Amino acid sequence: MNALLTVSGVSKAFGGLQALSDISLQVHRGEIFGLIGPNGAGKTTLFNAFTGLYTIDRGEIRLNTTRLNGQKPHQVLQAGLARTFQNIRLFAEMTALENVLVGRHARTTSGVVGAVLRLPGTRHEEADSRERAHALLHRMGLAQHAHRLARNLSYGDQRRLEIARALATEPSLLALDEPAAGMNPNERAGLRELLLQLQADGLTLLLIEHDVKLVMGLCTRLAVLDYGVKIAEGTPDVVSRDPKVIAAYLGDEAL
Amino acid sequence: MDIFLQQLINGLVLGSVYALVALGYTMVYGILELINFAHGEITMMGAMVSLAVIGALALAAPGLPGVLVLGAGLAVAIPVCMALGLLIERVAYRPLRHAPRLAPLITAIGVSIILQNIAMLIWGKQYIPFPAILPQGRHEILGASISDTQIAILVLAVLIMMTLILVVQKTRLGRAMRATAQSRQVASLMGVDVNRVIASTFVIGSALAAVAGVMVSAYYGLAHYYMGFLLGLKAFSAAVLGGIGNLGGAMLGGLLLGLIESFGAGYIGDLTGGFLGSHYQDVFAFFVLIAVLVFRPSGLLGARVVERA
Repeated sequence: MNALLTVSGVSKAFGGLQALSDISLQVHRGEIFGLIGPNGAGKTTLFNAFTGLYTIDRGEIRLNTTRLNGQKPHQVLQAGLARTFQNIRLFAEMTALENVLVGRHARTTSGVVGAVLRLPGTRHEEADSRERAHALLHRMGLAQHAHRLARNLSYGDQRRLEIARALATEPSLLALDEPAAGMNPNERAGLRELLLQLQADGLTLLLIEHDVKLVMGLCTRLAVLDYGVKIAEGTPDVVSRDPKVIAAYLGDEAL
Repeated sequence: MDIFLQQLINGLVLGSVYALVALGYTMVYGILELINFAHGEITMMGAMVSLAVIGALALAAPGLPGVLVLGAGLAVAIPVCMALGLLIERVAYRPLRHAPRLAPLITAIGVSIILQNIAMLIWGKQYIPFPAILPQGRHEILGASISDTQIAILVLAVLIMMTLILVVQKTRLGRAMRATAQSRQVASLMGVDVNRVIASTFVIGSALAAVAGVMVSAYYGLAHYYMGFLLGLKAFSAAVLGGIGNLGGAMLGGLLLGLIESFGAGYIGDLTGGFLGSHYQDVFAFFVLIAVLVFRPSGLLGARVVERA
């Protein structure tokens, strides 16, 4: 079985608004899967359903063999799905290093007693977490900012710190909600490099993105949402030639 | 000069106890933006339970060293209060997590009334004396005197506060607590079991309250089912003075309030020409509370409530 994330028949309504209608899709291991669609198409709603923020009305979401729907957010993360946010949501009053260390929470176990008594197990675990966190910061080019408060970092650095924090949770699927939003062309190129590196490391990526050029060039496959309905799924080539997609999203000028 | 020094010592000792209780208010507020008005009653329970254990032990084994007996009292009172804190959070606050803010405030008051009445049913309405088991030594410093009990309270309180700061700043749980305080939702999305962190916060605050309760009853030599009310209000004032939600603020506020009370009680007679006496001590905490709320509502070290993500 090649599918890492399997979404089958997911529906979600807010009052009278059908935000998601019978969405089914599969994200395969090792690919960069894109999720595109006009504003309000339901992309972020779907993300929130994946990560346990919303309970879905119908359908099922599985990561490997673990059912994600009905789980709390921290259980979803424990199962291996980590995410970043469209509008950056770091722990602003904590340092960059501490933000990444919070990401280690789910993969560590030590309690207060061990910390106060400085038991060897706890000290070892903490040292290991710090080492991994420093390595991640280094990889994201944030090594020199480790001890600065997250709110004092530049916009691009904050975006990369969010990715570092998500990676610290050792996900099997990393979901990125518009990671290129607000980035300049230089930063976009850097982000592209980074995502390709992560894919080469064996990580599976799920990407919501507005920048069609970035998505088309980067994604292995993608799905297009419009008004809560999946209107297409496939390789960028196939999707970009789909008349429904062109009408709904790309607009006349893409023709 | 010696009166000044004496009041300084008394104020610091009293203030360190207020600080321990204030920390419980401020930790819970920092994470939930909830005033746990039952916290004073947890302090009272700590005092009552430890006194019950100490009294029983003093009767059963009169030869035991006082410090050991006191230790046994603490060893029972702390877990009892921790369990109590856990229970209160689970029963009175968690079901109201998404309710309007007034609702948990009302259950908090309800819980404190229940705890007072439970204590009254078990231990009665009378003042319970603290048995004379502790060394009664006094030391003279520059004309002021400090007792062994006072020294023990100060040292223990400082040790506990330093440990707490380390836990919050340097450990896995501490980071999870700070993350949860900044954004419950993001913390949970990053793998923090928020309910567990909140429960831990109540447990730690309750442990501090238990120790503070034992200190107060050892210091004043008695305990009473109603003692948690005034103590809780004063510690709450201390937390507001320091900036509620801010750990350093609770410590500073507690110490300052202890000093203000102590100096106020010491000098109020002289200042009013004998019209008001030292039994007006309790008034100062509330003057401070009113003054802070009027002139600097965010407190001395100001909690940054606005900067939540």
